[in-house]
Amino acid sequence: MNKTINQKAWYFVIPVFILVAFNAAIPLMTVVNYSFQETFGNNVFAWEGTRWFKQILLSERFHAALGRQIAFTFIILLIQIPLGIAIALTMPKKGWGVPVCLILMSMPLLIPWNVVGAMWNIFALPDIGFLGHSLNALGFDYNFTQQPGDAWFTTILMDVWHWTSLVVLLSYAGLNSIQPAYYQAAEIDGASRWATFRYIELPKMKKVLTLAILLRFMDSFMIYTEPFVLTGGGPGNTTAFLSIDLVKMALGQFDLGPAAAMSLIYFFIVLLVCWVFYNLMMKNEAQS
Amino acid sequence: MKKYKWLVPTLYIIFLMLPIYWLINMSFKTTTEIINTYSLWPQKFTTENYVKIFTDSTWYMGYVNSITYTVFNTFISVAAALPAAYAFSRYKFLGDKHLFFWLLTNRMAPPAVFALPFFQFYSSVNLFDTHIAVALSHCLFNIPLAVWILEGFMSAVPKELDETAYVDGYSFGRFFFKIFVPTIAAGIGITMFFCFMFSWVELLLAKTLTATAAKPIAATMTRTASTSGYELGLLAAAGTLTIIPGAIVIYFVKNYIAKGFAMGRV
Repeated sequence: MNKTINQKAWYFVIPVFILVAFNAAIPLMTVVNYSFQETFGNNVFAWEGTRWFKQILLSERFHAALGRQIAFTFIILLIQIPLGIAIALTMPKKGWGVPVCLILMSMPLLIPWNVVGAMWNIFALPDIGFLGHSLNALGFDYNFTQQPGDAWFTTILMDVWHWTSLVVLLSYAGLNSIQPAYYQAAEIDGASRWATFRYIELPKMKKVLTLAILLRFMDSFMIYTEPFVLTGGGPGNTTAFLSIDLVKMALGQFDLGPAAAMSLIYFFIVLLVCWVFYNLMMKNEAQS
Repeated sequence: MKKYKWLVPTLYIIFLMLPIYWLINMSFKTTTEIINTYSLWPQKFTTENYVKIFTDSTWYMGYVNSITYTVFNTFISVAAALPAAYAFSRYKFLGDKHLFFWLLTNRMAPPAVFALPFFQFYSSVNLFDTHIAVALSHCLFNIPLAVWILEGFMSAVPKELDETAYVDGYSFGRFFFKIFVPTIAAGIGITMFFCFMFSWVELLLAKTLTATAAKPIAATMTRTASTSGYELGLLAAAGTLTIIPGAIVIYFVKNYIAKGFAMGRV
């Protein structure tokens, strides 16, 4: 759409600007403030320069948490995106099945995150949970509270349970926006199912899929509540992702300086990846 | 192959429902039964967990608090986002692209980063432990989202609509509320749905910013669980009840969800 230049449009944006600035700028300044100083309580501060940043960037603890975080995000994207597309492709397109699918599939998205964690905790407990009990009855030695591999398996399964629906809903919407004429043309050309998917459905879903990947990346990279309730970051530190580690440092040990420095580094990483994504997305939009 | 297509969504839905069923199953058991016996359905069916929640004010007030700040937040977010989204969809102005990206960055900020400064900030302006504090703090991620979704819907409305209305002698205010808002009603509905959803499910900030007076249900759950041992039955019942508001909201917007996504924005 060709937009008119109108500087008065700023008046429309002011409420949003104030509300978000109120919430973002002031707390962010606090974090920046802490990240360069040492505090001794009672509002006594001493300038520390970039010491905390160096400390965090060189610490093995941070590297380990970052590594776990990247592995987790990578795995869930690898599972959720193809699975979401597959489910969207097989969903009914009309009839009573549509609202049933939409309502039931949206359910996990609207459950508070700590309830998701608690629910999966009692679902996966080896003695009283359905998942844990069944796996053990089948002969697997499964105990997510003690074995790191099982803890990872459970955390990933929980995230797949929680968020795949978002990818499904997005892909489904993308598929629905395809005109029937495209399918008819494909049929006349005798295109195979795969060719239809590859050359008609996938390109049409490009925009929503970029969005799905972006959202899933952001949210999985910031994941805190669900694994915290499910495993508490354990056993040991094996499922302590970045946010869990950060909160432990900030509120548990009250190491405000290092925690603030870590917050900024963390935020910067998310921002950087999203900026790249956002530019790609805008480029796509400009093309189409 | 086509014949078995229904299997994929069906299996997926079964997978989705299993943990929810397990939670509901547990909520009708006594804690002793949960710990001592493994059964697929309650052996001694009991509703005492639910009775406890509905008669104990620390429990049911948790629901009232959660719903209060969620509704506050939904209205604040949508009301503020409407004019802003209109500006972004219709006009070019100084710094518009930067502003839009800056808004989005706030959706990307890990809440864990903000937990402590939020606590200090809201305490210093005497808003700690109020519904409005939680509602305002959730604006951090809901306003960018609302602007983003609404901008998508508004851009889909041709500009000729605005121009025709002005030619017909409508003032901006009358045009906006009488014509434009009804045109994008579905979009506003979707936006409210997402704002409600993200405010309802968020816990880290809500828990950090409250102590007693505005404590959300989800926080009530974690605290009770840690103080009086682990009352699994009660926890399960409370968890089950948190699913209900979401389910009601989904039911109302079910026809719009797919349509809303189709506009290409979440």
